[in-house]
Amino acid sequence: MKKLVPFSILATLAMLGLTSYLALAVAPTEATMGDVQRIFYYHVPSAWVAFLCFLVNFVASAIYLWKRSPASDALAAASAEVGVVFCSVVLLTGPIWARPVWGIWWTWDARLTTTLVLWLIYVSYLVLRRFAAGGQTQALAAAFAIFGFIDVPIVYMSIRWFRTQHPSPVIGGGPGSGLAPAMAHVFLANLAAFTLMGILFMWLRYKLQMKEQAIESAHAQAALKGVAQ
Amino acid sequence: MNPIHFLDAAYLVAWVVYLGYLGRILLCLKRVEEEKKEFDRSRQPQLR
Amino acid sequence: MSTFTVTRATLAKDLRMEWRSKDAINSMLFFALLVVVIFSFAFNPTAEESRLIAGGLIWVAFLFAAVVALNQTWARELRNQVLDAYRVSPAPPNALFLAKAVGNFIFVAALEALMAPLFVVFYELRSVGPVWQLIVIALLGTWALVVNGTFFAALSLRTRSREIMLPLILFPISIPALLAMVDATTSILTGDASPDFWIKLLAVYDIVFTAVCLLLFETVLNAE
Repeated sequence: MKKLVPFSILATLAMLGLTSYLALAVAPTEATMGDVQRIFYYHVPSAWVAFLCFLVNFVASAIYLWKRSPASDALAAASAEVGVVFCSVVLLTGPIWARPVWGIWWTWDARLTTTLVLWLIYVSYLVLRRFAAGGQTQALAAAFAIFGFIDVPIVYMSIRWFRTQHPSPVIGGGPGSGLAPAMAHVFLANLAAFTLMGILFMWLRYKLQMKEQAIESAHAQAALKGVAQ
Repeated sequence: MNPIHFLDAAYLVAWVVYLGYLGRILLCLKRVEEEKKEFDRSRQPQLR
Repeated sequence: MSTFTVTRATLAKDLRMEWRSKDAINSMLFFALLVVVIFSFAFNPTAEESRLIAGGLIWVAFLFAAVVALNQTWARELRNQVLDAYRVSPAPPNALFLAKAVGNFIFVAALEALMAPLFVVFYELRSVGPVWQLIVIALLGTWALVVNGTFFAALSLRTRSREIMLPLILFPISIPALLAMVDATTSILTGDASPDFWIKLLAVYDIVFTAVCLLLFETVLNAE
């Protein structure tokens, strides 16, 4: 069991190394954008994994509100933080991709804007967790997580309509652009590798959260015993 | 600026963030383990 | 003790206390006015530009003013341990929430009604589209801000830096509603587009989040 952590980390990193090689060397060069388009193989999988993390956060928070188990709260905390990390990479790689291709660092296009709002919602979740005092942080955070996730489809719909009304440059090709089969394979490989990395990060962060909580309650119990004597 | 520089920058940024985060979790895990050992050690003498 | 009677009683009490002191409405009014004036210096719009940015300006001013009202929602209850009393009483928790939310709604709506003529004057606004749609948007949008705001105000009661926590957690979640309010107002003022979709979106937002607030308020009330 002790060997599981380093093994899974190495396995995941190895897989990522392989899929990155595929993305950089094996995938065909895109016709219009050139080699810069290869950022796509990192940018999009990161977005999907971020969303997966937020979904896990929603489910874990709902379970916490129902069962009040420390494990579900720990998973909620872990998944939100990991999701924000992946979301940050999306927001960083997006502009780096946009600049050489479209000449602008940022555009309020539907996808980038939605990602930004998502990032804001879950950062505010993390801030709430950090600033809440007292033993009921978990319940309050879980309640807020429900709001956050339910807002996601509404955010998506509202921004998409806004962009239909007021069009702007779209990053990553419009809705009609498809993927050549060779590219699709590389994309799916990277998607799988990134998903594995996301699950690994969530698991490790979950372990950290559980251990930290265990120490805290051990300290609290010891203090109580000390007082009782 | 050569567009390839942007490609390299994007990959670099991604790796820095991901590996940095992984490193931070592992460091914190190690610290918590040490804290736990420290705590258990300090409790031992009280058990009679 | 039905939800309706408790809600009505609590709401009446809050309105009566506010009417006597007029604390919330006065500070909100002044703050909204300040925001409008500062924005005028910041953007210095021409008459034509005013028409384009007025929608955004109006709702930002109302949003900031609403936060003033929301921050004091539970202040009185907290000071006098009313929340503890409420928790042990058989009164339904949702009645308390509804009373607070409706009270805030009335305060902010009153603010909007008072500020509207001011906006018309400052920015020489003339509505090209139908005005009744503006009122619908104002009502739906205000409820969207207030229902979540009242809930999050209760959430942030037990946090450090309570006053800044509320806007911090309220604003991101309210972005779709704000987008709807601003774009709908702008389309009516300029007559460029139909605000129908936005009105539907605001209605959906209101229904969904009112339901979520009612479902989860008891959890938050007991979480202390």
